[in-house]
Amino acid sequence: MANFPILSITLFTPVIAAIVIMLIPRKNEQPIRLVAAFATLVSLILSVVVFFGYDQGLGGLQFIERIIWTPDLGVTYALGVDGISIPMLLLTALIGFSAVFASWQIKDRVKEFFVLLLILLTGVMGTFLTTDLFIFFLFYEVVVIPIYLMVIMWGSSKRVTKEYAGMKLTIYLLIGSAFLLIGIIMLFIQSYLANGTPTMDIFALAQIGFSTTFQVIVFALMAFGFGTLLSMFPFHAWSPDGYAGAPTAVSMIHAGVLKKIGGYGLIRIGIYLLPAGAQIIAPIIAVLAIGNIIYAAFICLSQKDLKYIVGYSSVSHMGYVLIGVAALNLISINGAIIMMFAHGVMSALFFALIGNLYEKSHTRNIDELGGLAHQMPKLATGLMIAGLASLGLPGLVNFVGEFTIFIGAFGTYKVLTILAVSGIIFTAVYILRTLGSVLFGPRREEWDHLQDLKGVEMIPLLVLGGVIILGGILPFGLIDLINSGVGSLIAQIGTIQIGGIF
Amino acid sequence: MFVWSIQHAWLIALLPFVAFALIGLFSHKWPKISAYLSIAAIFVSFLMATIIAGGTFLAGEAINYEVAVKWINMPGLQVDMGILIDGLTAVMLVVVTLVALLVQIYSLGYMDKDPGFASYYAYQSIFAGSMLGLVLANNFGQIFVFWELVGLASYLLIGFWFGRNSAREAAKKAFITNRVGDFGFLLGILFLQIIFGTLNFTGLAGEISSYANTGLLIVISLLLLAGPIGKSAQFPLHVWLPDAMEGPTPVSALIHAATMVAAGVYLIARALFIFSATPEAMIVIALVGGFTALFAATIAIVQNDIKRILAYSTLSQLGYMVMAMGIGAMTAGIFHLMTHAFFKALLFLGAGAVIYALQDEQDIWKMGNLNKSMPITTWTFVIGALALSGIPPLSGFWSKDEILLGAFAGGYTGLYILGTLVAFITAFYMFRLIFVAFFGKNQGGVKAVEPPKTMTLPLIILAFMAIVAGFVGSPLANYRFADLVTYAGAVHYDPSLLVMVVSSLVAIAGICLAWLIYQKQAISAEEIKGKFSGLYKLLYNKYYIDELYHWLIKVFVDGTAKVLFWIDIYIVNGFINGLASLAGSMGRLLSYTGNGQVQTYALYMFAGIIIILAAILFGGLAILL
Repeated sequence: MANFPILSITLFTPVIAAIVIMLIPRKNEQPIRLVAAFATLVSLILSVVVFFGYDQGLGGLQFIERIIWTPDLGVTYALGVDGISIPMLLLTALIGFSAVFASWQIKDRVKEFFVLLLILLTGVMGTFLTTDLFIFFLFYEVVVIPIYLMVIMWGSSKRVTKEYAGMKLTIYLLIGSAFLLIGIIMLFIQSYLANGTPTMDIFALAQIGFSTTFQVIVFALMAFGFGTLLSMFPFHAWSPDGYAGAPTAVSMIHAGVLKKIGGYGLIRIGIYLLPAGAQIIAPIIAVLAIGNIIYAAFICLSQKDLKYIVGYSSVSHMGYVLIGVAALNLISINGAIIMMFAHGVMSALFFALIGNLYEKSHTRNIDELGGLAHQMPKLATGLMIAGLASLGLPGLVNFVGEFTIFIGAFGTYKVLTILAVSGIIFTAVYILRTLGSVLFGPRREEWDHLQDLKGVEMIPLLVLGGVIILGGILPFGLIDLINSGVGSLIAQIGTIQIGGIF
Repeated sequence: MFVWSIQHAWLIALLPFVAFALIGLFSHKWPKISAYLSIAAIFVSFLMATIIAGGTFLAGEAINYEVAVKWINMPGLQVDMGILIDGLTAVMLVVVTLVALLVQIYSLGYMDKDPGFASYYAYQSIFAGSMLGLVLANNFGQIFVFWELVGLASYLLIGFWFGRNSAREAAKKAFITNRVGDFGFLLGILFLQIIFGTLNFTGLAGEISSYANTGLLIVISLLLLAGPIGKSAQFPLHVWLPDAMEGPTPVSALIHAATMVAAGVYLIARALFIFSATPEAMIVIALVGGFTALFAATIAIVQNDIKRILAYSTLSQLGYMVMAMGIGAMTAGIFHLMTHAFFKALLFLGAGAVIYALQDEQDIWKMGNLNKSMPITTWTFVIGALALSGIPPLSGFWSKDEILLGAFAGGYTGLYILGTLVAFITAFYMFRLIFVAFFGKNQGGVKAVEPPKTMTLPLIILAFMAIVAGFVGSPLANYRFADLVTYAGAVHYDPSLLVMVVSSLVAIAGICLAWLIYQKQAISAEEIKGKFSGLYKLLYNKYYIDELYHWLIKVFVDGTAKVLFWIDIYIVNGFINGLASLAGSMGRLLSYTGNGQVQTYALYMFAGIIIILAAILFGGLAILL
């Protein structure tokens, strides 16, 4: 087992499936779907194996694979996971698997859709698995192309056209990545000047003591790049429009995991490589985080389109992640990662159900919908689970993230954290208003023809809803793992104070 | 049995959750099985609670048992799931399990034929499990978790008939109003964790006694108090409770009268070591409670909906309990919590029986003559009302007397007078209800009949409890209750005959006045209404507080939302789009350089070569890196 390349197999199963699908005639839609489902199931099972197989007592990077790729540039195909990346891997696999079933009803160009979806999944997974900055960037860029194509081909036009949405999404991602690229190149050159050997390996780069000025500049670039990806205020405008325009599966993957590359990168690359820079820039991020939380929550109140509500809501929730990252202590960063996982599962469930509803009712306007719990009790249950998770109800996994972030952040930022906590009120207001007007109230006859979830449509609800509940009741399974990763990261930096002012 | 029950007390909270899971996963298609599962779970919990409380009551010394498992654990933060059993817990366990059990049995009749019968019992089980988890909690983290979960159960059950717009709105209002309180509560918890590094009650009690920063302690106390103000519906967050009457009546009895709304009072009692550390915080508690007691009682006088009268009465009585906490009469407050749970649940279930018999009629003026057709309901209801009014020797008398004694002997003369006044008003509005609804002329067309046994049996049991539950805290039992439920620094006052006599007399006066106006009709209610029409309107419209809140929300919350959305579309997005068009025009500008003329390109190439050569000659190669 020791030499079994489990991470590579997890990573490339979707791409192999994509190649297999290309060989299937386009008329055979059911086999295409089944291949996609099987591939994502394999990835999911292997991710679960990694989740439970990781030895927390041992800690550090495990399941390592290394193949030297371009020695002149120090690029290595290096895979390995720890307590920070495993939750992200698992999240990707869970959402990927669910996204296939949420896309079961796609009728147009089924073959191309699943090929792109599977390539997208590999791209996202790759960013979490690699420890080499070059490979990280490579996978990140792999993501952009399928997203653009999927939005403009299978998206929907409401407030903005799908072409506009797709372009906006892509341009934002590319601008963000341009800044990242500059940052990565600066790191590479600086380390080359210091050591004389080229390397792109995160752990090797961490050994180099970059000057504070350098750290501030590069961290600022990274914060901008990753922040844009995480829809940090005021660079969030792509998120609601993009999600509204995108097809269900893309919204699920984008809001669920792609966004989290931003938070993951800030922690894994930003804080880890540039702790001194992080310490100086962090207060700015913390202030912007409050912008995310409060500003976006208020905007949710004025929205009528379900996808816009969840889109702005996801901007709002990313504020919690950002303030957790910005507080720079063990508890807050633990919380930020739990929150990323939790929000990923929750928003994917939301988008899956909204997509399902939209397919049947052809509207996402909350004023036109109403009383759907009469006709669609299962869908209503799913939306309730997602909604209650979103407003941070204890017993569901999001609460654990929020609570931990609040405790961690409160030690560093008093006033900002109090403002952040006030988000729990506004979130409750818009979530309950939305659920109330869509699900409850008198039965409306015009929706009597809507069929409740059945068959494969239940899979996203069962998988994602199950994780939300299990993670909420038994959070220690997740927390202990994350804590082992963040703990060692913090210990390696060593310079960051844990705790607060008191 | 006693020791085993204490060691396995976590089962008391877990069993209802198991019932919920079983109903949700397997039995929801079979309503009756679901109901029996739920009832079986709460019945076992009730037995265990009774054994624990009975053993505690008989034991010679105070019990204090604590055990916990880690739930969230990382360096610097630990939240446990645990149980803490002392006299206070034991009393609460019995109250909650007994009322929950009786309400669930009652619901077999009341909710019969409802299409959501199985979900109803599933929600009842979530509620019971969460409430018991809250009562058993040994730390603030756990209490917050279950605090929110009882809120969820309340939300689901208020909105149980989700097809009604009013139920949907009421459920939402309840949750959001509570969230406002929980915002403060959560901040209080954050402060505790950051300053003391623990959320455990025992650990905190040790730390706080030696903590010198009283200013911060006051802040923390007031933040924590926000939670009970929301949950126990104290002014100014009381607005959700009357609307919560949209839920099925057994739910109102259990959640919105007897148990969940009392959780706030329980929390204050549990955390009294924090509040009592600063007299300022205690005064605020006493004033909030006292004000709510009077404020809500005045509204109850003029309401016409039987459930709303009881709801305002609940607000008022909760205010009484909170006031008791504030004046340091914690034992009396919890004592009143217990007796109130029994007689108020009885009153609500009685009201439910009437509503059931009259096919959903809730207006007391359309009832009447029920004493003939529904004798069991009528007389148990009267017992409940007498207990609530504080007529000796019923349970309410003993507990209310303890609170008034605490205020009187503790030197809070203003609050004592207020409490006595509220006792008068309480007796008045309760007997207004009784004389109009039960003994008045029959106004409606529907012929009332006594409900089935599943519904009358709980009424009889609760009526029995409403009569006798007060004895445990009376001189007859040598104040055994006070030995069990107490806290360090509690003062016990000797009973005062004066207080007893005065409180009994005002209650009797209230009943007599109600009799004169509504039964004998010696005084015309219409005439009084006409004379004080301004005041009547003010009271009838609940001091216009709902209207005020609606206006504030509409203008500030929704207004801000619209403004911010406009800003997002036109300014934030506009700024980014502006950047994009700037990039576009830059591109167009630069495009002049690519004019398609080969000569121009050759010139650029030449210039480039010159620059590179110059760089190599003067700067060395390093500049390229």
